Amino acid sequence: MEPHTDLVAMHMSDGIVNAPTSVIFGLVAVLGLALCVARARGDLDDRTAPMAGLVAAFVFAVQMLNFPILPGVSGHLLGGALCAILVGPYVGAICVSIVLLLQALLFADGGLSALGTNITNMALIGTFVGYGVAVALRRVATRSRGGLVVVAFVAAWVNTVVASLGFVLEYAIGGEGLALGTVFGLMTGFHALIGIGEGIITALTVGAVAAVRPDLVYLTRGAAPSLTIKDQGVRS
Amino acid sequence: MTKLPVAFYAGFLVVALLLAGVVSYAASSSPDGLDAVTQTGCQLDEAGEPVGGTCIAQNAGEHATAGSPLADYTVGGSEGTTGIAGVIGVLVTLVAAGGLFWVLRRRSSEDETPSRVE
Repeated sequence: MEPHTDLVAMHMSDGIVNAPTSVIFGLVAVLGLALCVARARGDLDDRTAPMAGLVAAFVFAVQMLNFPILPGVSGHLLGGALCAILVGPYVGAICVSIVLLLQALLFADGGLSALGTNITNMALIGTFVGYGVAVALRRVATRSRGGLVVVAFVAAWVNTVVASLGFVLEYAIGGEGLALGTVFGLMTGFHALIGIGEGIITALTVGAVAAVRPDLVYLTRGAAPSLTIKDQGVRS
Repeated sequence: MTKLPVAFYAGFLVVALLLAGVVSYAASSSPDGLDAVTQTGCQLDEAGEPVGGTCIAQNAGEHATAGSPLADYTVGGSEGTTGIAGVIGVLVTLVAAGGLFWVLRRRSSEDETPSRVE
């Protein structure tokens, strides 16, 4: 009996691109994540480590929430910009990767041989492109909470569209079944719409965290006057 | 010693659990943008499997973990268990990611000079 296999699958399955392409992007994912793990340590302490675990759990939850974009077509959060803004790009890319790994292992969502392409697109490209946009606009983000929310929206929209281009590249290298121009047009068109949803979710989430605990927003941390007053020399 | 924002953490977790456990029932079951592209050109049967035409999804294999007890965001394939599968997923992700980050973190004791000297 075949259950409704494709109705809840959200990421690339095994066989969508050929084996050599899967291996290439598997290596890209391993190298990228190794760099992230090496750099993540500097961004993790007693306060941010639990926050990063919660951000990963939150991304897992929100990725389940497919929203309609066109008749018969839906979209869901990828989460790159959201993670990067809240916990930084290195920790953020690991957050998205853990979500993708657990989805493939436990929930039969995203092929095991496609983990490399899925991690490359959503965890590496999505997170670092989203972070790059957010950093480029950091002066707007640090001006006010409204500015931060706008930057979160823009970074998330760009992360979604550019991540979809990662698939187009992988398809160009090792996929078949549809004209490349059609794949490019449909992927970017759909993801320009999905990016609006990604932008709204990211803006709401970052805005809510910034309202309650602005010290837990990685992008703007350290921009506000530091509250860690050194008490050396105060006492006589 | 900095006081951990435990109330904030708890609130964040409750939001994630509600989204995965309750709101997930309202999610669209239409194929997402990627699946819509890979299915373009094919006729699909009721289960969403390509049965005719030419499309990218025809190259997709059966999922290696399709027999997992949580496959397709259900518990044992039972209808109406998406929320339970979602709550399990949130908790497993929290433990896996939180555990990894906790091990990777800089220990506060490494950074602080001993302040207990009297």
